[in-house]
Amino acid sequence: MADGIVTLTTSNFDEQVTGSEKPVIVDFWAEWCGPCKMIAPILAEIAVEQPGVTIAKLNVDENPDIAMRFNVMSIPTLLVFDKGEVRKRVVGAKGKGQLLEELNEFLPTSR
Amino acid sequence: MTNHHRVIIIGSGPAGLTAAIYSARADLAPLVIEGEPSSTSDQPGGQLMLTTEVENFPGFPSGVMGPELMLQFRDQAARFGAHFLTAKVTAIDFSERPFKVWVRDEIYTADAVIVSTGAQSVMLGLEGENRLLGHGVSTCATCDGFFFRDQHIAVVGGGDSAIEEAIFLTKFASKVSLLVRRDELRASKIMQQRAFKNPKIEIVWNTVVDDLVGSIRLEGAVVHNVVTGDVTTLPVTGLFVAIGHRPNTDLFKGVLQMGDNGYLITQPGSTYTDVEGVFACGDVQDHTYRQAVTAAGSGCMAAIDAERWLEAQSHRSHG
Repeated sequence: MADGIVTLTTSNFDEQVTGSEKPVIVDFWAEWCGPCKMIAPILAEIAVEQPGVTIAKLNVDENPDIAMRFNVMSIPTLLVFDKGEVRKRVVGAKGKGQLLEELNEFLPTSR
Repeated sequence: MTNHHRVIIIGSGPAGLTAAIYSARADLAPLVIEGEPSSTSDQPGGQLMLTTEVENFPGFPSGVMGPELMLQFRDQAARFGAHFLTAKVTAIDFSERPFKVWVRDEIYTADAVIVSTGAQSVMLGLEGENRLLGHGVSTCATCDGFFFRDQHIAVVGGGDSAIEEAIFLTKFASKVSLLVRRDELRASKIMQQRAFKNPKIEIVWNTVVDDLVGSIRLEGAVVHNVVTGDVTTLPVTGLFVAIGHRPNTDLFKGVLQMGDNGYLITQPGSTYTDVEGVFACGDVQDHTYRQAVTAAGSGCMAAIDAERWLEAQSHRSHG
């Protein structure tokens, strides 16, 4: 996680997400998804600016079971986990401003 | 980065990015205000960001994925010094020069503006559509096709993009019903033949969608036959809409001349709009061809028109 973004897989998902003290924002993505590529740099910025949350990525192509488990049927989808529970679902690509607004309640350092 | 630029390009599909490549190479250091990520409307990279394989862009004999092609366009523009702002223009003032462009409270000025905001897909406009978006209803076959493995899904539309999506989706789905409003396809001959030959595609003629069923996820589409009046519910778990486009010209209403259909009007054989110093290229001014390669061509024209116009202006002010 050199860039501060955790890479999730089927094998580490529960340990990294369910066991996390901080809220975890999971980006469900795939190589072939154009809008996913557009929001990736935004999430990288949020990872740097918001140390109070963990940003993680899950490749749905490689880990379809996790996508199915959380009913992800469209990407990009962001799921916010807090204390192991899904607290918020953001479907589709959005600009940074709109994304920060949607995620606001989970971002301790934003006002 | 100062807020004044020789050229501002609004939009970043094939037209805007080609205009950026040409004007960057002409040392005009353009600012490309590329839009904001979205899965449902216009977005950086344009409509190709939501498409699959592009087979007709010259230079790619074995095809290229739409998003990949657009990232290459962007890299090429950046290489020659184009600047990018990932934001959506919120207001414009073209009444005097320099032209003003706002992104929320931030103001940017330019000697010339190239408008390449493109067009976006039209949705069906049904009540359940927004609620089920991302839960069976999709605007992006490339993004979401994967999630419909071995399922029966539907594509609405009879044009090239509808068939392209239907064929792409047969890679995953067990069956794709192509819902066509008329008794013939608008698509090109080669695409029609591919649709007819594909054993997984069933063409449902004279059919329109009236309603979507499902609370948490899509469970079916209520359709009726426009000839017989028969109403049926297709048990589809996925619905992809490809029924047409509308130009992204709301920003320019009352400012730039447009036709009744909302497309910008340019002087024949050029990219000049009715405001001197403002140029338009790509789908925002073309409802006839609407191809990546024609958009790119007109983007090149806009950059050359802008460059020559700026050149003439500087001669005027110095001479």
